[in-house]
Amino acid sequence: MILTSEQVRKIAALARIKLTDDEVEKFRKELSVVLDYVSELEKVNTDGVEEISQVTGLENVLREDTARLSEFRDAIIASFPESKDGFLKIKSIL
Amino acid sequence: MELAYLEISELAEKLRKKEISSVELTKYFLERVKKYGAENGLNAFLTVTEEEALTQAEEADRILSKDPNASFLTGIPYAAKDLFSTKGIRTTASSKILDQFVPVFNATVIEKLNSERSVLLGKTNLDEFAHGSSTETSAYGPSKNPWDTTRIPGGSSGGSAAAVAAGLVPFALATETGGSIRQPASLCGVSGWKPTYGRVSRYGVSAMTSSNDSPGTIARSVKDLAYTAEILAGHDPKDSTTSVKDIPNYAANLRSDLKGVKIGVPKEYFIPGMQPEVEARIHEAIQKLKELGAEIIEVSLPLTKYGSLVYAIVTPAEISSNLARFDGIRYGHRSEDAKELSDIYDKSRDEGFGDEAKRRIMTGTYALSAGYYDAYYLKAQKVRRLLVNEFNDVFEKVDALVCASVPNVAQKIGTAKDNPLFGYIADQLNIPASMAGLPALSVPCGFAKAEDDSSVLMPVGLQIIGPQWGEQNIFNIGHAYQTITDWHKKYPKGFGE
Repeated sequence: MILTSEQVRKIAALARIKLTDDEVEKFRKELSVVLDYVSELEKVNTDGVEEISQVTGLENVLREDTARLSEFRDAIIASFPESKDGFLKIKSIL
Repeated sequence: MELAYLEISELAEKLRKKEISSVELTKYFLERVKKYGAENGLNAFLTVTEEEALTQAEEADRILSKDPNASFLTGIPYAAKDLFSTKGIRTTASSKILDQFVPVFNATVIEKLNSERSVLLGKTNLDEFAHGSSTETSAYGPSKNPWDTTRIPGGSSGGSAAAVAAGLVPFALATETGGSIRQPASLCGVSGWKPTYGRVSRYGVSAMTSSNDSPGTIARSVKDLAYTAEILAGHDPKDSTTSVKDIPNYAANLRSDLKGVKIGVPKEYFIPGMQPEVEARIHEAIQKLKELGAEIIEVSLPLTKYGSLVYAIVTPAEISSNLARFDGIRYGHRSEDAKELSDIYDKSRDEGFGDEAKRRIMTGTYALSAGYYDAYYLKAQKVRRLLVNEFNDVFEKVDALVCASVPNVAQKIGTAKDNPLFGYIADQLNIPASMAGLPALSVPCGFAKAEDDSSVLMPVGLQIIGPQWGEQNIFNIGHAYQTITDWHKKYPKGFGE
């Protein structure tokens, strides 16, 4: 499985990581190695096998849906990279 | 005063007999941490919590003076992998993206040790976000193996393993996703416990592969691991995958013989490329188990070789989702260069994540993307079910499995760094059990020559794998083995022995 530079750019965009041209080439090679490695899995016959999603067999662990006050409100606001008047501050969108 | 290499049980007894106070013990180990564990030494510690530790130790001494039945872990110093959230104490996950991050809450296991009045000495180095098997992907540089400081301690819990091996702490918290406790414990010659998935709460542990992540411990003996397991295990409303099953008195139930115990030796774990001397140590250990009365049965697990492949898909896939939260918005690193919102995401992540994290995020993004999900993630989860079934079948016949923890002894720092497959191969004997949520141990079982230098002897680890919730089986086997061997009592030279 050999990835193209275009594919790597598309993956990086989906993953929200900015790559330089050198990095695109580096990761193109390295991701290809990983994908090549996992391609062996095709050899395992999984016809009729249902995928597993929880290994110890738990299903639908539920709890009461009740509102609670967070004890951490002020501490969380204090750890924002930027804040103003108790609100999270971000860059302009438009 | 020789305390560095005592087991927790020995230190606990000294505390109870008033031969030493927790404050004295804490000062003693803090000195060692500062002398040997810092950046210019083993680089095992990223943060030392001296002030907090002394306050905790004073409180422990107050409890010990009043209550003769105080908990086993009261007043005992420990270290925590820097993946565990510690309230008011910097927690980096060894990533630049969390370089200045100070959590507002404690991980559940930290809370548990706090209520036992154990004493946290500091936070240990790891591969960035636990992505790796050598600590070389840490943003703060690799930790060093105390047996030969030019070699890797293994990873991702390499700082925790190195700290215990060099006698800087009696035990350390660590985490496993696919070998991150067993592999460093093996390479550093200490004992490590990877719990059944859901036995120990993941709350407050930075998520890597949520379907695998298992917090556990590294210590100097299996008995110590069993004691810590009793404290750490249990249901946590904050982690819905934790089990409500009873917690046995693991330590009290330990036995020193293995009569009637059936132990499987899976032939597929003796892989091509395994170091012959490592293989010899494993066969010697199996012989000891036989002497203890165990019945040794050869078994076959043909899907073993696919474990690492399943892992190499599932892990990056879950990582790509879990690390999406690091977007520079609410906490962690925010790029100074960002001019608009999308810049915050792209640049903060580019500047904050190291190469291995990026590699895994992108591999996972690809494996989950439209058109590829069926071929990768879904296929891997189907093979994973087959792996689980294969283990279930074999545990109908045996109580536990034994094999090597790692096929080779520790290699030189720098040899793994640019190999994108290093971790998947280094951990190939650990990963299948992780994918099936099984509990496992690594216990020291001798030494073998380094592959590139026959004058250097490095530790070898015996791996013991149990069925789900079968912690008692593996603790019994590991403990019995340690009653007739002394490999776990060996320690490296050069750390003030």
